[in-house]
Amino acid sequence: MKSYKTPTPVFTDEMKKTYKILAPNMLPYHFDVIAVIMKKYGYDVEILKNESRAVIDEGLAHVHNDTCFPALCCIGQFIDALKSGKYDLSRTAVMISQSGGGCRASNYVPLIRKALQLEFPQVPVLSFNFSGLEKDSGVKIGVGMLLRLAFSIFYADTVMSLYNQCKPYEKNAGETDRVRDGCQAYIQSIICGRGYRKYKKITDELLRRFSAIERTNERKIRVGVVGEIYVKYSPLGNSELEKFLHTEKCEPVIPALMDFVMYCIVNTINDRKLYNKGKKTAWIYGLVYRYLLRVHRGVIKLFEKYAFEPPHDFEYLRKCADKVLHQGVKMGEGWLIPAEMLALCESGVQNVVCAQPFGCLPNHIVGKGASRTVKTLCPSANIVPIDYDPSATKVNQENRLKLMLATAREMQNKSL
Amino acid sequence: MRKILGIDVGSTTVKTAVLTEDGKEILYTSYERHFAQIKSCVLAELSKIGEIYAGERFCVAITGSAGLGLAESSGIPFVQEVQAAFGAVKRFYPDADAVIELGGEDAKIIFLTGGVEQRMNGSCAGGTGSFIDQMATLLNVTVDEMDALALRAEKTYPIASRCGVFAKSDIQPLLNQGAAKEDIAASIFQAVVEQTVSGLAQGRKIKGKVLFLGGPLHFLNALKKAFKDTLSLTEENALFPENAPVFMALGAALYARGEQAETLETLMEKIGACKTQAQVTRGKPLFETQAEYDEFVSRHKVSDLPFADIRTYTGDAYLGIDSGSTTTKLLLITPDCRTLYSHYQSNNGQPLDVVVDKVKEIYRLGEDRVRIRAAAVTGYGEDMIKAALHLDFGLVETTAHFKAAVHFNPKVDFIIDIGGQDIKCFKVKNGAVDSIMLNEACSSGCGSFIQTFAKAMDMEVETFSRLGLFAKNPVELGSRCTVFMNSAVKQAQKEGASVADISAGISSSVVKNALYKVIRARTADEIGNEIVVQGGTFMNDAVLRSFEQETGKTVVRPAIAGLMGAFGAALYAREMQSKNAYSSILSAEKLQTFRYTSKQTVCRGCTSRCNINILTFEDGGKFVSGNKCERGAGQKPHGDEENIYAFKYRYLREETKKDGGMYEPNGLSRGVVGLAVQLITFEQLPLWNAFFRALGFVVRYSDESSRQLYYRGQHTVASDTVCYPAKLMHGHIESLLDSGVDFIFYPAESYNLDEKASINHYNCPVVAYYGELLKANNERLHEGNFISPYIDLNDRKSTLSNLCAALKAYGVRKREVEHALSAGIDALAKYQSAVREKTKEIIFNARRADKPIVVLAGRPYHADPEINHGIGKLLVSLGVAVVSEDGVCQNAPQVETNVLNQWTYHARLYRAAEFVCTQKDMQLVQLVSFGCGIDALTTDEVRTIMERNGKLYTQIKIDEINNLGVVKIRLRSMLAATGQQMRGNDDEEL
Repeated sequence: MKSYKTPTPVFTDEMKKTYKILAPNMLPYHFDVIAVIMKKYGYDVEILKNESRAVIDEGLAHVHNDTCFPALCCIGQFIDALKSGKYDLSRTAVMISQSGGGCRASNYVPLIRKALQLEFPQVPVLSFNFSGLEKDSGVKIGVGMLLRLAFSIFYADTVMSLYNQCKPYEKNAGETDRVRDGCQAYIQSIICGRGYRKYKKITDELLRRFSAIERTNERKIRVGVVGEIYVKYSPLGNSELEKFLHTEKCEPVIPALMDFVMYCIVNTINDRKLYNKGKKTAWIYGLVYRYLLRVHRGVIKLFEKYAFEPPHDFEYLRKCADKVLHQGVKMGEGWLIPAEMLALCESGVQNVVCAQPFGCLPNHIVGKGASRTVKTLCPSANIVPIDYDPSATKVNQENRLKLMLATAREMQNKSL
Repeated sequence: MRKILGIDVGSTTVKTAVLTEDGKEILYTSYERHFAQIKSCVLAELSKIGEIYAGERFCVAITGSAGLGLAESSGIPFVQEVQAAFGAVKRFYPDADAVIELGGEDAKIIFLTGGVEQRMNGSCAGGTGSFIDQMATLLNVTVDEMDALALRAEKTYPIASRCGVFAKSDIQPLLNQGAAKEDIAASIFQAVVEQTVSGLAQGRKIKGKVLFLGGPLHFLNALKKAFKDTLSLTEENALFPENAPVFMALGAALYARGEQAETLETLMEKIGACKTQAQVTRGKPLFETQAEYDEFVSRHKVSDLPFADIRTYTGDAYLGIDSGSTTTKLLLITPDCRTLYSHYQSNNGQPLDVVVDKVKEIYRLGEDRVRIRAAAVTGYGEDMIKAALHLDFGLVETTAHFKAAVHFNPKVDFIIDIGGQDIKCFKVKNGAVDSIMLNEACSSGCGSFIQTFAKAMDMEVETFSRLGLFAKNPVELGSRCTVFMNSAVKQAQKEGASVADISAGISSSVVKNALYKVIRARTADEIGNEIVVQGGTFMNDAVLRSFEQETGKTVVRPAIAGLMGAFGAALYAREMQSKNAYSSILSAEKLQTFRYTSKQTVCRGCTSRCNINILTFEDGGKFVSGNKCERGAGQKPHGDEENIYAFKYRYLREETKKDGGMYEPNGLSRGVVGLAVQLITFEQLPLWNAFFRALGFVVRYSDESSRQLYYRGQHTVASDTVCYPAKLMHGHIESLLDSGVDFIFYPAESYNLDEKASINHYNCPVVAYYGELLKANNERLHEGNFISPYIDLNDRKSTLSNLCAALKAYGVRKREVEHALSAGIDALAKYQSAVREKTKEIIFNARRADKPIVVLAGRPYHADPEINHGIGKLLVSLGVAVVSEDGVCQNAPQVETNVLNQWTYHARLYRAAEFVCTQKDMQLVQLVSFGCGIDALTTDEVRTIMERNGKLYTQIKIDEINNLGVVKIRLRSMLAATGQQMRGNDDEEL
């Protein structure tokens, strides 16, 4: 084998003690909790909150312009932060998650290394992955950490969902935000303790706090958000889509991150079934899946108890996927996107934003490509694909969203 | 009596409409261009209304792409444009089935019957009014003239309209070849129609009564006709309303019913008080002080050529001509490099006429005193001008620019040339051009872009760009494509940026685009220290200043920046002339009688049916252009013997038919299976052909790829930014369905065959899952006639059972499938070894003939001539033998790259590059499909491999555009540079 790999600094165990690790703000609800967990296991993680235009410009200047927009945002955030002078560059590392599929998103780690090479060659890049990639510089994930991460995702998903279900209807302005902040603090306080797995008790507590918020009985337009994982959740990536929907007096319905986690796990199970792949590990994934599904269903029951709209049952999502396309489509967000589109439509959220980075390859198939089938299955579906791109201006994106909302309002008026 | 008033603020115009409150009667309408002065234009329109309806009260609503900001800050209700149109259509044309609206920068379709659906153009705004404006500028006619021209057309040429850039590169060669303007104009309108149909309808057929709206569709008869013809609409089904231009304003007025009525005075006050919120970022001014500007001017004055008077000079001279894409440049110099004569002008689509005219002038001014010793020509029109005027030499533009730059700075290590619509950059190492970067996909940042913008602002380009020099708060525009920049400008206008601020912003985005998109510099230090900038665009001080600001370097801009190509050509002529000889250029007498005729025809040499153009000169000489091969020019074509691409394509389409086959079509077959010769079933065609034949199916291949085939499937294309091979797939499917196959087979393969040379062996997502998209977007496909099993060929067992399950309806038995699969895999292996053998033969023969060898590396399906546009043939015509990545990759070990080496096809690229680096007489040219996300990664890696080994890296982006002109420049530059490099090395050895 001939190597053209440029040597890059490795993140050693030794460094854990002294290094500050910067991570991009991909999911505002989730990453703060994850940072707390990482701290417990010795990684001093800081979630970056720099989100100015300069971030995008740094991204543009440091990566191939045709690279996916999410990579560009993350790299921009890193470079902007490293340049800010706030960090001791001899003791700073950066961290990114790595999926390891057939989509080019599995290449974020090398892209970041390349971007840092010239100006910050001493800064190591840590890979956060479950596929055994980057053995030298990967975050070592043990069982305890893994479980904490899983539960933190369940909890953060709950907060995200409840916030969006309460905020548009709150009677006392600002109350939902206060409750959310309280809940976030509560999760962070318990996630490192012993009782973090008592999900029924914890979820119940979150539900109780949100259900105490005084709400009106108005009917507001509900808008689902599906899409590529980064632009679906990250405000930097999607020009603050969630906030925009709130200001348009809509209720955003953002499916849970746990869906994506389970989707990844199910793919390994499907690979085994379809292609006899991973004979040794498939049973473990089966076990993990069944465990998560049990917790997931427990959470759903609790949501129902408080009369909140629960997350979609994952087995139901898989059935939705089967109606649109084959579960073999597993690159990027694959079959999960059409599954969520259909599930949203079937559960009465007919207005769906499909957020995708401009030129995203899997999204040709599962986003724009599949929306026609979803519309055939659910004729009232009002799906709008939005491309996010460093140069696409907000006005274009908002125009498209407003067009979708105009149709949504008309449909609502008709049904009244 | 209250009235209702609608205001439509579009990207270029303001429209108003006043109706009676019940919406029954239209009382007043107006239509004005706003030239970016939105607020004042709206106010002016309102006061006109005020004069007519003094003292009355109005219910008002605003609509339009540029109206949102105005509505928000004035508190006047806003209605989405499509929604406004929707309301007006329902009121005035209740029986319409669909609405097509083209605006300045947007295109929309509303489907009214069978499920209301509204669609707008996304990030790509090709095919809109601005696009038409841009094209008219290119043809040097007004839009109305273009319309009139188009109505007299006899035929159309294929032109890409997804983006103005691509269209330009399709149109420019046609212009240079002298194709009739009438036909080009019609082709432009046809392109707009196709863009609307493919980009917006996306699989949904436009039928029934169609209503056409928006300015372009109201004013342009040729466009109307093109829409009507393409959609096969009858007279009564194609509705072109009288009030189309103000239709959205009518809709807004209708929407306003029920809003609170106000007097016009209150309204105007509200609008007058508007302060729009800033969303556009502002940069720092180009010059803070006058002193700064003066220093800048005097610094750049230094680099100039001395002057000699052609009216008095006696002696030798050298002529250089640069026949560029939009401009023609001539420079006549003395042997000691003094300027005798220079000329720079837009070629108005007739470069030959300009050159003839100016050479005549040179003869007239120089009388008998000035003797032209040698003349050389470079640029797009090189071949034509050389043939017409009998010039001595032709050279590729990059070489010309390099020679000129060295004259001004012998230490030059970086040259950047920004011209009318190209950016050329090259690094210089060891006195030779080392790496070349051209803009391929994007022309934002080129001169013609600034020009179009100046025109939109109703200004001369010089005035417009000078305005930017002292702008206080230049706007920050994107660094991507014209289309995106247009919307950024739209936003800036919305926020009330001044024309000066926009001008400065455009100048700086020109530079950013060049730096970050074409050169892709990460830091300013990367590009070099001794920089020479040239090209007409750099004559613009604002652009020059932005470049210095952005890079933080002082650069050399020769005073003849716009003439550097011509200067280089003249220097080349001086260098190459043989002793005592005079130029073969047409003499003054011959030039006086010089005439030519131009004739378009279709070449019948082969199935490509190229549109060719023949110029016949009076001395009997001929010049043929537009031909893809020598046959069109009446020469014997080069065989496939030196071109593996031709071999591969022929083998797949013809040879494979001899594989396997138990049953003949007339025998007892199990059914007819269709294979689309594209994407996964391109390289795997031998496999699946042999597989199905062995099972007793009749196998039918899809038609050969062509532009026509692409159009046949265009209405089912779901995503307009996907790569061309994928888009072509839709046509292949249509051809199979029309040929009456029982089913089409397209396997879904997440994993390709593991060639044990990468850490994983994925297919790209598009290749792997395109079957899903086809099925979802083509109404004619269903479970029964489209079989697309998920398989991993590396695992025989699961593949067998998945195939059995998929073909259950045809009663295949497992044993048969097992046998057939083996036959298929053998057939694939046979094909691959045939490619390797042929490659060896080509290399052997080339070496014997002392020919350079190019590894044209891409994906297997790039062997389709409609996808590679005959680049293989072109290379052969340049005296090069062509092999491909899959024929040589097995000669090199696995390569460890910085990115994950995890795709089968791409792993071959890396190995091929590695192999080329071990071969002195080989070069690598990478073919990249536009829109291929994975190649954004691989191109950098292949470049690294090449450059670490001291080899030149060349990349060619391909799309539906079929313009070999640009490709030829690139390839010739590469060959010139490698020739130079080789010579350089030889010198060292001596």
